[in-house]
Amino acid sequence: MSNFIQSSIGKKFIMSITGLFLILFLLVHLAVNSMIVFDSSGELFNNAAHFMTTNPIIKIVEPILAAGLIIHLWWASMITLQNQIKRDNNNIGFKRYKIRKNNSTSKWVSRNMYILGTLIIVFLVIHLANFFWKMKFTGDPLLAHDSNGVENAYALVTSAFISWKWIVALYVVGAIALGLHLYHGVWSAFQTLGWSNKKWRRIFNGFGIFVSIILGGGFAFIPLFVMIKSMI
Amino acid sequence: MKLTLKIWRQRLPKEKGKFETYYIENVSRDMTFLEMMDSLNEKLIQEDKDPVAFDHDCREGICGCCSMVINGRPHGPGTEITTCQLNMKAFKDGDTIVVEPWRVKSFPVIKDLIVDRSAFEKIMAAGGFVNADVGSAPDANSIKIPKDKSDEAFDAAACIGCGACVAACKNSSAMLFVAAKVSQFALLPQGKTEGLKRAWDMVMKMDELGFGSCTNTGDCEAECPQGISLTHIARLNREFIRAGFHKAAAENK
Repeated sequence: MSNFIQSSIGKKFIMSITGLFLILFLLVHLAVNSMIVFDSSGELFNNAAHFMTTNPIIKIVEPILAAGLIIHLWWASMITLQNQIKRDNNNIGFKRYKIRKNNSTSKWVSRNMYILGTLIIVFLVIHLANFFWKMKFTGDPLLAHDSNGVENAYALVTSAFISWKWIVALYVVGAIALGLHLYHGVWSAFQTLGWSNKKWRRIFNGFGIFVSIILGGGFAFIPLFVMIKSMI
Repeated sequence: MKLTLKIWRQRLPKEKGKFETYYIENVSRDMTFLEMMDSLNEKLIQEDKDPVAFDHDCREGICGCCSMVINGRPHGPGTEITTCQLNMKAFKDGDTIVVEPWRVKSFPVIKDLIVDRSAFEKIMAAGGFVNADVGSAPDANSIKIPKDKSDEAFDAAACIGCGACVAACKNSSAMLFVAAKVSQFALLPQGKTEGLKRAWDMVMKMDELGFGSCTNTGDCEAECPQGISLTHIARLNREFIRAGFHKAAAENK
């Protein structure tokens, strides 16, 4: 089995499995976040957030999720580094070819998954510091509990988006990076798992675009919605 | 046509190479790219200079020898053609054309534009074959194969092993080549004898020889002179992953 994981396809297999698992998490995350849009009192979102932090199933899944993310990052770094070493820069420094024209033959997104992934990680660290860290560890005056012990996560989230425009901009950029990453990532995962063929290639391509629009667009929409609503 | 050529010159495999600029006149639009290179070499020989070394053989798009990256694209502009099928009509009077060899660690440059592609032969020797009975030839069509399967196997078998997929790939991955070679056997009953071992052995050999891994960008498919599809890579992945699980199950027994 160790041979399998060390092989080029085995490494990509791990990337696909962890990637698809992270997408499942993102879909749940977006579903919870969408309550911000549907209920302006914030009660729905607070209850959902409370459920997500206290539910025993989520408590089990949380470390698995963290492990999935770390494996996805670690393997991506190893694969990217190894691939950089394997391509030749035959006597001409860092540039492999004097001229290379591949804009018509492949998409920019597909060639720069690692750069997009790095952008997402930078965003993720700021995002966790903004909300997750405060809710889980340090606490925040805005999070004041109600009579049922439910924290006011809605206040924390909306006040951040209303008070600081740069946070909204950062979240939109993060969401776009995520959308672009998934635009190639989703179909690529299915291709690597070997599920693609003439017919299913088109279906996976379409599904990938659909998922990237839903997640990228959805996560960009929520901070914009909160900000614009406060301005009108 | 008058053209300016910037060509990679490298005297020996380990020696440092550099781009040389050549000016060439009276290039006919009806010439192929290789004929233009021939006329450049004639001129260089007359001037008592070292002609540009480049690989060529059949000059009809079957042998896969003419490996050149022309203006940043393996086999030059145009789809599903080799360099020998590239017509000078694709260029304009006064153009500057940059010609480079495949730049792949596993394909070391022998001289100028010629690279050593024996890494592909090592991959083939690792599993790209079928067991066959000796003796008299079997009757034609004695094995029934559905049309769609035979068509797809034939599409994969069209691979000429030119290496454009590796040259085009940002990771120097040989996945499209290996996928074509595995696919052409995996689809047919004749290839079942070696079964999953073939995919396993060929991929392991590919990794060992220093080719990169696949990130599904699709550059290989777009540059392949035979138009071999990425779906063959999915089949290779499928075969390899199955082989991995079979191996794991066998180890646990």
